[in-house]
Amino acid sequence: MENLRAYLAEHAFLQGLKSEHLDLLVGCAENVRFDPGEFVFREGKTAERFYMVRHGNISLEIFKPGHGPIAIETIGEGELLGWSWLVPPYLWNFDARCLDLTRALALDGACLRQKCEDDHDLGYEIVKRFSSIISQRLQATRLQLLDIYGNGGKR
Amino acid sequence: MNQMNSNPMLPRSFAINRVLKETYDTFTLDLAPAQRHTGFSFAAGQFNMLYVFGVGEIPISISGDPNDPGRLVHTTRAVGTVTKVMDKLKLGDQLGVRGPYGTSWPVAEAAGHDVVIVTGGIGLAPLRPAMYELLSHREKFGSVVLLYGARTPEDILYKREVKKWRSEFDLNVHVTVDRAAGGWRGNVGVVTAMVPKAPFDPYHTIALVCGPEIMIRFTVMELRKRGVPDDKIYVSMERNMKCGIGLCGHCQVGANFVCKDGPVFRYDRIKNLLEIREV
Repeated sequence: MENLRAYLAEHAFLQGLKSEHLDLLVGCAENVRFDPGEFVFREGKTAERFYMVRHGNISLEIFKPGHGPIAIETIGEGELLGWSWLVPPYLWNFDARCLDLTRALALDGACLRQKCEDDHDLGYEIVKRFSSIISQRLQATRLQLLDIYGNGGKR
Repeated sequence: MNQMNSNPMLPRSFAINRVLKETYDTFTLDLAPAQRHTGFSFAAGQFNMLYVFGVGEIPISISGDPNDPGRLVHTTRAVGTVTKVMDKLKLGDQLGVRGPYGTSWPVAEAAGHDVVIVTGGIGLAPLRPAMYELLSHREKFGSVVLLYGARTPEDILYKREVKKWRSEFDLNVHVTVDRAAGGWRGNVGVVTAMVPKAPFDPYHTIALVCGPEIMIRFTVMELRKRGVPDDKIYVSMERNMKCGIGLCGHCQVGANFVCKDGPVFRYDRIKNLLEIREV
């Protein structure tokens, strides 16, 4: 448990979180490991957890019938994977496939939702941190959609 | 403009020595003077006006090695009338060349600093000479970081060279693509998202940025968030350059002629210009 707490505390996503809140999170967390090529989750399945990546790279993919998987984002060390656990109906929208040996901290969504209900200070802190990541990814997605390196690009 | 004619509007003939297809729509031409070979000196970041006889003239950044004046190299994309004809030219065909024009990347001034290069798409072409300069005096700089974004893995420019740079012990090279089909094991995402994690000291860094202007804007935003001061950020702008010598006014933005006062600008001097939507 001590190791788990230390891993949580040093991950970029939780940096600066109050000690008592970290204590609450430890009860929802576990260490996980995935082999290269292994799926962390699949589109349409229940989003029971989210992942704080400690090591490795995960490809977020969407499957296009007739073409196969299309990678839309890579999640790497120090980053966070998955927010579908936070938003009903709690289903994954994409596939997540490991590109390398990946180690992460997995947090149980139902467990954390309950703790956030019980302690709104923790809930607000978690939602603020997720909002920041969602906002960064939305901005990145908009840039990707602009296709800035296409014919409208430079030169 | 050391080796050009006295009339700056008069192009000099160069012959195509080598044609290299970089991606499906991008190609590199190696040029040599059609007559006496005198070499061609330029500074990293400068451009030439290339004239396809009977078709037209366009500004193209020089993308070769400033320490190799025997090869005049340009990489461009077949997107307009002139470049589409240029793409069809063969070995030995001739082009008119005027230049070199414009300002250059502050490579010498970057000595003693970390250097972070952020570029996307064909924006790597005008920065390649700066990479050559940095590599040829590698001991003078701190951390050297290249962050490069492309549309897809097939659109990565200078693929072999980028792979070689990635294998160097004293370079940090990170490549990302906007999207990729199966088989790509590299990063997917926008290049601007790599800035927060890149290994450089923001308070002792010179940043060189080139690419589509939207990319430049968002890159500068990320660099400033990291703490890189505006006067340590340099961007290369492109604006409808025609004469190349600050006479015709086609590329005038505010009080600046991009062809003469640019294309490389210190960010704090032109940040207001980046918001101008039409010239």
